[in-house]
Amino acid sequence: MSRAAPQPVRRRLTPRQAQRVAQAVLWAMMALTVATLAFIVIYVLRKGLPYVTWTFLSQPPTDSGREGGVLPIAVGTLAVTALGVALATPLGLGTAIYLTEYTAEGRMTRVIRFGADCLAGVPSIIFGLFGFVFFVITLGFGWSILAGGLTLAFMILPTIIRTSEEAIRAVPQSHREVALSLGASKWESIYKVVVPTGLPGIVTGIILGVGRSISETAAVIFTAGSSLSHVVPTSVFDGTRTLSVHFYQLAREGISAEKAYATASVLVIAILAINVTAYALMERFMKRFR
Amino acid sequence: MIRIPDKVVERALLMMALSSMAVLSLITVFIFREGAPLVWKVGLGEFFSTTWRPTAGHFGISLMIVGSAVVTVGALVIGVPFGIACAVVLTELAPAKVRAALKPAIEILAGIPSVVYGFLGIVVLMPAIRQVFGGPGASALAGSIILGIMVLPTIIGISIDALQAVPRSYREGSLALGATEWQTTWRVVLPAARSGIVAAVILGMGRAVGETMAVIMVTGNSVQMPGSPLDPVRTLTANIALEMGYAAGDHRAALFATGIVLFLIIMALNTLANTARGTKKTTASRAAAAPASPGGGAAALGSAPVPDKGTAAPANAARREGS
Repeated sequence: MSRAAPQPVRRRLTPRQAQRVAQAVLWAMMALTVATLAFIVIYVLRKGLPYVTWTFLSQPPTDSGREGGVLPIAVGTLAVTALGVALATPLGLGTAIYLTEYTAEGRMTRVIRFGADCLAGVPSIIFGLFGFVFFVITLGFGWSILAGGLTLAFMILPTIIRTSEEAIRAVPQSHREVALSLGASKWESIYKVVVPTGLPGIVTGIILGVGRSISETAAVIFTAGSSLSHVVPTSVFDGTRTLSVHFYQLAREGISAEKAYATASVLVIAILAINVTAYALMERFMKRFR
Repeated sequence: MIRIPDKVVERALLMMALSSMAVLSLITVFIFREGAPLVWKVGLGEFFSTTWRPTAGHFGISLMIVGSAVVTVGALVIGVPFGIACAVVLTELAPAKVRAALKPAIEILAGIPSVVYGFLGIVVLMPAIRQVFGGPGASALAGSIILGIMVLPTIIGISIDALQAVPRSYREGSLALGATEWQTTWRVVLPAARSGIVAAVILGMGRAVGETMAVIMVTGNSVQMPGSPLDPVRTLTANIALEMGYAAGDHRAALFATGIVLFLIIMALNTLANTARGTKKTTASRAAAAPASPGGGAAALGSAPVPDKGTAAPANAARREGS
């Protein structure tokens, strides 16, 4: 950018120069965003990883979380998550199959999609309120793994629908045609050919649902409860703290910075592992049909 | 093996497909059933007053609406420019390899639990705000910054979809007319993707309004009219989450009523975003035709039936030449 040309002082940038400036600004903003992300992950892991020991993972908490570990909480988290995913997967997959295989775009699909889109936008605190009044109070489940799992199932349903739909759509039409020409019924062609072929994509949706369930706080704190238990839950009617809720209590009440960082590290590592797996799986799957 | 008739399967699948609509209705019914009677009882005037003293029978939530509005606007001020910038870099500027590395990184941002964001707000952001600006640290500003980061994945993801939906021929037409890459992005691609980007912003807004845990941790939560960004605020979501643990009777009903307001705001935003995205096609063609109209060449090129792969090479050549 030379200033040699004798121009008035407030001359406009040439398009080339404007482009250079604009692109530099955009890249800087991108870099700042990525740096923020890296900072969040690295900060938590650097502070917390030293405290993530085998004892931390295998011991129950004592002294309201100041000492001990997170075993019952981790088990409770897995139980709530597993229940949520187990309920949402058939519903979500069924919806995706219906949308892709059984109907043309029309009023019905618009209603179904609108429902799923709206559900995806509903804030988790609303799910928490609803789960509390419906499962905990009205159906009388109390603060329990069951109530938490059902609430999470509703919450992750849109994620599973969307990813499954994408996966099933990616399966080439020829697969269906071959199955049908060999005498399979429509349903047989779907569950023996289309769904198995689209499986990696469908699994991606399930993994993302697991990730959302683990990181969720507001929806489970009023449904699975927040009382700290020292024993591993044994029934779906037991209440449990999830890792996120536990972390929230530790951090907000200032109970133990050390344990808070450790719990955050466990959460962040779990989420990173889950998302990387989901992403890699989907990439590989989509590549096959491109 | 017994064959299940296709009709039966179809019915069963339809029932499943309607489940999300059913869940949505169930949520609506239960939230309204718990909260609406209270609004009825105290009257809309009282409900939207500024006095929140639930134990004394005052259930005014307007300060919480203000709180939510303030942090949401703040979040968008931060999140929208950065979100769109990242989306433009990822679709228009970055080489394929860089994109392949950055896109998953951004998506991971979406997975980090909101409590972790809130915690970092407490241990990093709030002390920084105290040091730089003074005040308590827990403030609308802290909430806005944290939410600004949290809405990024939503805004980036949907903006990328919108930008990628702009036909390649628009870019080629513009470049062929001698526009620089940046002029193309700014005057052709972004306007063509406008409705999708608007939808991205609206959905980001929904995310910010609905976020709970991170907000509770950093905004201070006192019910007051904020005089400056450094004052603490309480949002609608925080109001529900903070008091739900011990509320009973009318107080609990008032929290559900707060939930109704939140729910209605979110549904309005969702519908708005849906409408914006629904009009994508028509707007895209109109918006793209407008800036190119002086020459008319871009529009003509846009409709020319050129296969995508064949045009890829010249476009890349133009791109390299441009930078």
